[in-house]
Amino acid sequence: MYDFNTLYEPNTVEEALALKKVHPEALLLAGGSDILIKLREGKLAGCDIISIYMLDELRGVSIQDNGELIIRPLTSFTGITMDPLIKQHVPVLGDAVDQIGGPQIRNIGTIGGNICNGVTSADSATTLKAYDAILELSSADGVRNLPYAEFNLGPGKVDLKPEEILTAIRIPKESWDQTCGHYIKYAKRKAMDIATLGCSVNVKLTKDKKHIERLRIAFGVAAPTPIRALTAEKAANGHAVDAHLLDIITANVEADVRPRTSWRASKEFRLHLVKELARRATVASIEKAGGTIHG
Amino acid sequence: MAKKAITCTVNGKKREYFIDVRESLLDMLRGNAGLDSVKHGCDVGECGACTVLINGLPFNSCIYLAIWADGKEIMTLEGLSDVKGTISDIQQAFIDEGAVQCGFCTPGFIMSSIPIINKENPSTREEIRRQISGNLCRCTGYEKIVDAIEKTQKKRIAEKKETV
Repeated sequence: MYDFNTLYEPNTVEEALALKKVHPEALLLAGGSDILIKLREGKLAGCDIISIYMLDELRGVSIQDNGELIIRPLTSFTGITMDPLIKQHVPVLGDAVDQIGGPQIRNIGTIGGNICNGVTSADSATTLKAYDAILELSSADGVRNLPYAEFNLGPGKVDLKPEEILTAIRIPKESWDQTCGHYIKYAKRKAMDIATLGCSVNVKLTKDKKHIERLRIAFGVAAPTPIRALTAEKAANGHAVDAHLLDIITANVEADVRPRTSWRASKEFRLHLVKELARRATVASIEKAGGTIHG
Repeated sequence: MAKKAITCTVNGKKREYFIDVRESLLDMLRGNAGLDSVKHGCDVGECGACTVLINGLPFNSCIYLAIWADGKEIMTLEGLSDVKGTISDIQQAFIDEGAVQCGFCTPGFIMSSIPIINKENPSTREEIRRQISGNLCRCTGYEKIVDAIEKTQKKRIAEKKETV
């Protein structure tokens, strides 16, 4: 028995938004792999719950005529990994969420829940940040589209108003087209563990594959929220695909991170991982994009 | 507290349960359905002892609201035996390979192994380990469990080839 008070079960997104307007303090329950566990720990005793898990209209991946990918927030991690559109256009996202928990957790956990929790270690967050995802936040009064870059306000805090529900994650075509990415999760165990550090890199090469047209790097657990390494990205853009590029990235990648010491790892070790994982994920991304690192 | 009637298929039979909305699927399967193979372990989705199949995929029933089971197909270890109560090949393989010691984790491991043993192509031992990575065993050291799953998968693939 879970220790919550009232359970609301909307049948449509419209009903869910109406409920959220009347009961802004009620917690939205997606897959429950965070909230139901917190309930067990007694941290949320007596709360009210709006269960949206059964709303199939918020599940699945589709593509618009203009090439924009629409990921519905209740899509499970398994659903993301197995989805043909994700496999075709953003396979790195499928790889990243395939490293979460174990099979059972990947079947219940949702991508929307992962990012709305606002934790820095969320395995989907780094890749979505690195792809400049846009979040569609709906309320009974309307819809606002917010760049994911602006969503995280602090550890566990996101710019989701009490009456709002995340209804879509959008990745514009310009963001995934001819772009190849790689995610590395560094953790103590291969399963059932959260990242000590996560790094997602993606790269778009020039037609001759000799130069970087655009490189994006994002980290998890390198700061209180998932972040982009904009200084290193700026230094890499336009650069030739060579060994010097990797030196430039490792030299600049520390500028935007603020790792801390925790029981999992020291600040110093995390800084080492920041450089090493960025380098490795860059090499892997360039190789996936058909480039060769000379020199 | 609010009560609700839900209908779902459990081990191939359509059932209706009248449940408290605060119940987990684990509570419902043990308490209302009397299916005691579903073990009450960690209660927070870490040990896998309560694993059941929902529409063919493994889930931790301890972190799943019972109301979400409405309209779904649930399979527990009890559903693997035939009408006479004869156990299935995967259960027999766990016995033959010595993959059971205290036995508490066994039903969860067997339910997690169902999608693996039904695969068309043989899995590597590494792939099998990955598929059971959401289940904990404190006795066996896992080797015998992997042996049992690998053996059953090979047997089923061979049987499929014979029938083609």
